[in-house]
Amino acid sequence: MSEIVQPAPVSVPLGAARAFSFNWRKAVPLLLAAPLLIYMLVLYALPVVAMLLRSLNDPTWTLAHYAALLEDVVFIKTFWITFNTSITVTIGCLILGYPVAMGLVRAKSMAPFILLIILLPFWTSVLVRSYAWMVLLGRHGLVNEALIAIGMIDRPIRILNTPLATQIAMIHILLPYMILPIANALRQIDPSLVRAASGLGATPFMTFRQVILPLSMSGVAAGTLLVFVLALGFYITPAMVGGPRDITLSMLIAQQVDHLNWAYAATLSAVLLATALAILAAARKLPGVGNAFRMSVR
Amino acid sequence: MILARALPVFVVGLILFFLAFPIVVVTVVSFSDATYLTFPPPAFGLRWYEAYFSNPDWLKPTWVSLWVAAAVVVLATFLGTLAALGIARLPKGLKIAATGLILSPLIVPGIVVAIGIYYAYSRYGLVGTPIAMVLAHTCLAVPFVVTSVTASLSGIDPRLEQAALSLGATPGATFWQVTLPLIRPGVLVGALFAFITSFDELIVALFISGTGAVTLPRRMWDDLRFQIDPTIAAVSTLTIVLTVALMGVAHLLRKRSPA
Repeated sequence: MSEIVQPAPVSVPLGAARAFSFNWRKAVPLLLAAPLLIYMLVLYALPVVAMLLRSLNDPTWTLAHYAALLEDVVFIKTFWITFNTSITVTIGCLILGYPVAMGLVRAKSMAPFILLIILLPFWTSVLVRSYAWMVLLGRHGLVNEALIAIGMIDRPIRILNTPLATQIAMIHILLPYMILPIANALRQIDPSLVRAASGLGATPFMTFRQVILPLSMSGVAAGTLLVFVLALGFYITPAMVGGPRDITLSMLIAQQVDHLNWAYAATLSAVLLATALAILAAARKLPGVGNAFRMSVR
Repeated sequence: MILARALPVFVVGLILFFLAFPIVVVTVVSFSDATYLTFPPPAFGLRWYEAYFSNPDWLKPTWVSLWVAAAVVVLATFLGTLAALGIARLPKGLKIAATGLILSPLIVPGIVVAIGIYYAYSRYGLVGTPIAMVLAHTCLAVPFVVTSVTASLSGIDPRLEQAALSLGATPGATFWQVTLPLIRPGVLVGALFAFITSFDELIVALFISGTGAVTLPRRMWDDLRFQIDPTIAAVSTLTIVLTVALMGVAHLLRKRSPA
């Protein structure tokens, strides 16, 4: 008897599961994502959009705030400083980052140790790292003492609160963002290509110039863009170690909010955001860049 | 020939020194026994750790930061994991839009996010409350949870879930007994990232922590405007140890998980 009845209880949940899996495909994904999407819209996206709208509707709908920027000396100077700092920092990261990426990929037993040294500062907050540079670059800081000790200068020079301090600290903070994508690209190079080049009589330099460098360009492009876009928005580091007159766009925005000058702050924010997005949009077409952005960004 | 081999090693060593040295200096200075900031310290001691642990002006912001970060972990991990599960099954257009919204805090400059949040939250009297800090930090932490969970979801064989469902498991049982155990490392990594994102966050805190929800980074920032006494080195060292330990765990989890 029992042998005959047995299939029945099984077929009921099977049918139910099938009926349910139809709904599952349609509505459940959206229902699962909805809480977070609503949360992000209400508590993040709409606030940012509402703030940005102040650049267009204060006091009535107008483009006057944007038009005014074109003749705004403070804005032009700040934009130039921000852009210039970002370019300098990006070049610095590229020059320092490429050799380390090569070292990381080539090293065998030392590789975990090198990775640790790269990740240790990467995992430390921007505030703490900026503070470290305040300690190092101050009038009686280690860098000044060392320069005096080796006889390059006779009395302390001003490094802290200069553009140079901002550049050094920002290069230090952003360097891992350059190293990791380049190392990724280098790792994907087929070692037999390098062997073939040297087997065919290429010097190590020629192999680098004609094989390794071109094949690592996707990583270089990704790292360069990542560093540049992140550098554009820097606020804490330039405010802490930079010069009092070398104001970046982010610092100007914060200053305007303190003065409750929302229309101006919103206009500057829109320009900063548009610049970052424009660069990213242009870069998305480059190969390998998408991968780099998926890596953790802080 | 020896030079050609030694030079790259030397250059890379120098750059690695540049990367590690500032962190080492802060750690060493924190154990200084001097009453002022100097390196190398004339003698070692725990003076600055005592200064930190005996001062309520430091301990209170520490607790605020820890509580805010803990609440962010719960909220961001819950919302982010649910959303990652949903997003994986959304049709393509919706998927791109949803991912774009959720990941955008990684790209939008920090100051723009901070003043946008300040602009809106101040209208509802939220500025200066720990709740505002939790709500805002969750927005910044969620991208890490979603990317991490999505990565482990993409490593799952969909036939495992189909098998469970066709064998009569309810969707709920399938989730708890099949999907969740498989994505657990991804969820944990996301939770760790969420904690650190909140614990280290400064720019939003500068605008919305007010006087009622001063966090540890905000307290450090306020202090640094007047002095750079070694107490901050002690606080920095403690936060370095905490974040490096958590990130180290996350790194190992990610390396071990198949995804």
